[in-house]
Amino acid sequence: MSAAPDHTPTMAGLGLVERLARAMPLLLVPVLVMAGFVAIGTTSSWLTLTVSGLAMGMMIFIMASGLTLVFGLMDVINFGHGAFISVGAFVGISVLLGLGAWTGALSLVLNVGAVMLAVFAAMIVTGLLGWGFERIIVRPVYGAHLKQILVTVGGLIVIEQMIQVIWGPDEIFLTRPEMLKGAVIFAGAAIEKYRLLAVAVGLVLFVLMRVVFRRTKIGLIVRAGVENGEMVQALGYRLRVVFVGVFIAGSALAGLGGVMWGLYQEVITAGMGEEMMILVFIVVIIGGLGSVEGAFIGALLVGLTQNYVAFLTPKLALISNIGLMTAILMWRPQGMLPVVKAK
Amino acid sequence: MKLLSGDRPRSTMLTLILLGIFLCLALAPFLFPGVRSLETAARICIFIVLVASYDLLLGYTGIVSFAHTMFFGLGAYGVALASVHMERGFGALAVGTVAGAVAAALLALVIGLFSLRVRAIFFAMITLAVAAAVAVLVSQLSAITGGEDGLNFRIPRELTPAFRLGEVAGVKINGKLLNYYLVFGSSLMLFLLLLRIVNSPFGRVLQAIRENDFRAEAVGYRVVWYRVTATCLSAAVAALAGSLFAIWLRYVGPDTVLSFEIMLDILLMVVIGGMGTIYGAVVGATIFVLAQNYLQALMGRAAESVAGVPLLPDLLNPDRWLLWLGVLFILSVYFFPTGIVGRLRGKA
Repeated sequence: MSAAPDHTPTMAGLGLVERLARAMPLLLVPVLVMAGFVAIGTTSSWLTLTVSGLAMGMMIFIMASGLTLVFGLMDVINFGHGAFISVGAFVGISVLLGLGAWTGALSLVLNVGAVMLAVFAAMIVTGLLGWGFERIIVRPVYGAHLKQILVTVGGLIVIEQMIQVIWGPDEIFLTRPEMLKGAVIFAGAAIEKYRLLAVAVGLVLFVLMRVVFRRTKIGLIVRAGVENGEMVQALGYRLRVVFVGVFIAGSALAGLGGVMWGLYQEVITAGMGEEMMILVFIVVIIGGLGSVEGAFIGALLVGLTQNYVAFLTPKLALISNIGLMTAILMWRPQGMLPVVKAK
Repeated sequence: MKLLSGDRPRSTMLTLILLGIFLCLALAPFLFPGVRSLETAARICIFIVLVASYDLLLGYTGIVSFAHTMFFGLGAYGVALASVHMERGFGALAVGTVAGAVAAALLALVIGLFSLRVRAIFFAMITLAVAAAVAVLVSQLSAITGGEDGLNFRIPRELTPAFRLGEVAGVKINGKLLNYYLVFGSSLMLFLLLLRIVNSPFGRVLQAIRENDFRAEAVGYRVVWYRVTATCLSAAVAALAGSLFAIWLRYVGPDTVLSFEIMLDILLMVVIGGMGTIYGAVVGATIFVLAQNYLQALMGRAAESVAGVPLLPDLLNPDRWLLWLGVLFILSVYFFPTGIVGRLRGKA
């Protein structure tokens, strides 16, 4: 019998530097907010910009979360996701315009009720549409990335054109419900009420998603499926069914995002989803494919950067997102918090 | 056969079609006199090159890019900017063309190094984002690029209708005709070059990567290097096609060379013609450009004839022709993945 090899295991905990390096993605948002404060200087404009950046980020997160999960679970990349954003916006805004008496009233209950109804209608329609889209467009091309990209782009075009057939080719202008107009003054900064609402909705959704993923069985299956789908199937779960559910939920969230974005911009066009998709893709890439938390951080970073840069040097705002993506990919080529192994 | 790099059409029908297209394009000014048909012929020539260069990426290497119009636009704007700022002459055209192609290749290199290193699917998303940013940039920086209005510029007098040489068989020989043959000759050369590339050992490696990148890496080929090189080559050729387009039109603008719609047209042409066959580009581009020119008129007439029926006139409105393109696109990816050339070769 030979003697045990001579080694002394070290039990030291992580040093401060290592801890910081691990938490870096999470720290990026506060760091960026601080940097913004230093660069901008005045508290009031910094506060206004930060809130609008956060609001924008939250809305992008709502649209991006479904996409990143769908990719993580089934390795499906859905370029048609943007169509759900547009459809959601058109359905929701149509409902709002139909409820003119509610949105025009000076009552918070009626106003919020109208928005809730609009959101509800939009989510149902886009959820159903997502279900159909998955069956007709995506299912025949599982496992073939090339065809997936081509076919979902085709689907995006068809849905966008159908919007133009149904609602006409012109953009639709709208005004927000009475109680959501205007701004509140806080510490000398004017903060639009609607932006506060958007931040609140985004935060609630994020917390809700965290709870579903961390505390429920379905969340456990989804997370396990993202990490190792074959193993989950071997344990007897029908991942396909879970996947369809996630796809529908993701589409419905895109619809929600569409309504909120439409109310934010106060104008909707059939091409808005396609434009948002560019931001959504940037968020999904810098967050790390398949990671909801990564998408959340990425969305906040994109929203904040865009608002700060637009204020500081308006000329650069056009390419600030590309710059952000480049910087993050140089630092972490897989994105900040990648879940899916590189294939 | 050496000219075709040993890659024969491999189907009698396809040979006849290709020969027909070649003869029609070569003799277009004499067979179909008229301004509009010459425009169509030049457009077909340029799109054949553009689509073939895209096929090098999509069909041969298996990479989806949404930035091909961006490279096309780089070439076009290169020629336009050089012509605006330099003396009128062939020197400006040459400088603009070379600068555009080099810029396109460099940009492709940067994008490729960033995205192809990790996974090919990043590339599709990143090119979409970059192409959108460039399109916005071009329309915003109106001091340099002319913004939405684009740029009109002057080309050497020898290439304009004002330069007259005489008449042959009832057809006026003028600068426009010379310009057409410049476009035709350059397109033919670029096409043969692409055919040479895909049939070289380099092209074989690309196909191996398309079929199974993991195995190609295991055999010892550096997949990233091949993918990036293919991207750069394809971008440079697209930029050259863009330069030809700008020389032919004497105008560049965001709608004519950078719009996402052109990107969709290219995708459709590749898929209809047949992915992974350079000849597919010829067939696809020819059919598509002809259809584009004459189909919209047909749709307008159809819309009028069903004017009373609800919804149908809206569906058949010529402005909605993208809708039908999209449907056609999905159907051809599902049921027609090898395209026309694949079908014809399959029968032979």
